[in-house]
Amino acid sequence: MSTILSFFNYWVVVALMMIGFYCVIARGNMVKKIMGLNLFQTSVFILFVTSGKVSGGSTPILREGVEIYSNPLPHVIVLTAIVVGVAITSVGLALAVRIQEAYGTIEDDHLGDDDDDERLALEDRQRR
Amino acid sequence: MNIIDLMPFSVLLPLIAAGVVAILPGRTLPWTVTFLAALGSAVIAAFTLPAATEVTLSYPFGNWPPPIGIEYRVDAANAFVALLIASMASLSLLWGKTSVNQEVLGRQGPFYALFLLALSGLLGITLTGDTFNVFVFLEISSLATYALVAYGRDRRALLAAFRYLIMGTVGATFLLIGIAFLYTMTGTLNMADLAERLPEVRDTRAVRAALAFIIVGLGLKLAMLPLHLWLPNAYAYAPNFITVFLAGTATKVALYVMLRFIFTVFAPDYSFVVLPLATVLMVLAVAGMFAGSWVAMFQVHIKRMLAYSSVAQVGYMVLGVSLVSLSGLTAAFLHLFNHALIKTALFMAIGSVIYRIGSAKIDNFRGLGRQMPWTMTAFALAGLSIIGVPTTAGFISKWYLILAALESGAWWLVALIVMTSMMAVVYIWRIVEAAWMTERPADLPAVKEAPLGLLIPTWIMVALNFYFGLDTRLTVGAASAAAEVMLGPGFSGVSP
Repeated sequence: MSTILSFFNYWVVVALMMIGFYCVIARGNMVKKIMGLNLFQTSVFILFVTSGKVSGGSTPILREGVEIYSNPLPHVIVLTAIVVGVAITSVGLALAVRIQEAYGTIEDDHLGDDDDDERLALEDRQRR
Repeated sequence: MNIIDLMPFSVLLPLIAAGVVAILPGRTLPWTVTFLAALGSAVIAAFTLPAATEVTLSYPFGNWPPPIGIEYRVDAANAFVALLIASMASLSLLWGKTSVNQEVLGRQGPFYALFLLALSGLLGITLTGDTFNVFVFLEISSLATYALVAYGRDRRALLAAFRYLIMGTVGATFLLIGIAFLYTMTGTLNMADLAERLPEVRDTRAVRAALAFIIVGLGLKLAMLPLHLWLPNAYAYAPNFITVFLAGTATKVALYVMLRFIFTVFAPDYSFVVLPLATVLMVLAVAGMFAGSWVAMFQVHIKRMLAYSSVAQVGYMVLGVSLVSLSGLTAAFLHLFNHALIKTALFMAIGSVIYRIGSAKIDNFRGLGRQMPWTMTAFALAGLSIIGVPTTAGFISKWYLILAALESGAWWLVALIVMTSMMAVVYIWRIVEAAWMTERPADLPAVKEAPLGLLIPTWIMVALNFYFGLDTRLTVGAASAAAEVMLGPGFSGVSP
């Protein structure tokens, strides 16, 4: 029991990672796929932050009476990774909006398989 | 100003120019600034290569000494790749002006800004000596690439970009997990520092998992066979200019980082021993060579066909790596360079045809040999190079690959390489046959030769293919120097 609890963060990481990864693979809806991707990335952030924890250490802020503190470097790394994650989410959602406009749906089951080159080229010329 | 201070500017120049280009009005001005930035970065890279071959250059960012600060660490291997990327970008831009004017309507500032971001991301991955920095630059270049692919006129470009985004992000996150494990075990992110500290913890499960995660993550970016699914559609539906650029650069950089991790960070006597990496890479490489060439033979969409051919060519590069020898790695670096020349030339020629006929279907290529003789001749000559006919660049890389295979005693690999080259003959011949051996059907409109703005850069690329097929001093010299640096001094094979 104590082994399970002492690795609590890692269990959360693995669970979140698998839930996220499953969503990415199994869901057809593009917004759900992006949500899965977010969960997947978040699990890695928790993994990183957990690795910086020093047992008995306080937050890494310079103040009186603090001798032991957690490693701040993983926090900084995760901040950067969060920014990257937000950028990916926004680009992904923007693409989903464009796909909704072009196809009228964001359910990705074989979308675009029966698109014909000739017809699309013709539509393209008419739009211009 | 010495070369060490100048070297980071090959990344910074496109990065800074991207901000400027984004707000520039019109169509000609953004292109001009973009071209100057890419050219500047290529010139800096050209000066860096000889300097880096002599001694490893190290530039600490913000004057923080590594391993605390981020370091750019340039040796013969990454200087070679950086020069390739920057010069391919400049040559693609030369071709791209005319093509982009047709495909991107209105203001082109944002388009070229994204291109510059993708370029600086790729160069950043190449030059940096910090593993987390690799992840950040990988995402910079990938995000810009997703947006650029979505610029395609066909609505399937959006789907291709979305699927690329999903797979690319999963790949990059795998890389991040690997880096997290490495950091947890060693407390450092600097590659040189990691190489020193990893031997102490080499027999832990976390480090083995890190290696596996990093290889799968980068394998996705590299489009190694079972992880290649994003590539054909992304190449097929992206704007032609972006296809030309990506074909010569994106997968090459991914291969380079993978080698950097396998050989420098983990050292070959670790990575090839704890995992059956040589076997796995060889099986995937051969499978990629066959599956890629096989599928390419049946494609009706020519850009898709060339994209599948790229999957096959990645197989040749990985095959060189899987031999784990100096000559194998030299062949991999050589093909990395030569394939960039070949594929760029092929995509340029096809892009010029699409510029005129607006379609990439093989049916519409019937009889084009007489109507666009210069373009189709360029395509056929570049096709000779991908098949590997002597006097072309493609022959040189296949020759070295075959020598490396024989050196390892794997004569059966030679047979496989020759067989897949025969398959390349088939898929190139289909187009040559359609263009020259069939009459142009009466219902298809007559077309003119491609404009000079497209024709001249295409022929420059074709000429380069033949130049590097005859004068191999630069390529073979740089590739073997790169391979030597990667393997480190005193490398004498790996015994599993």
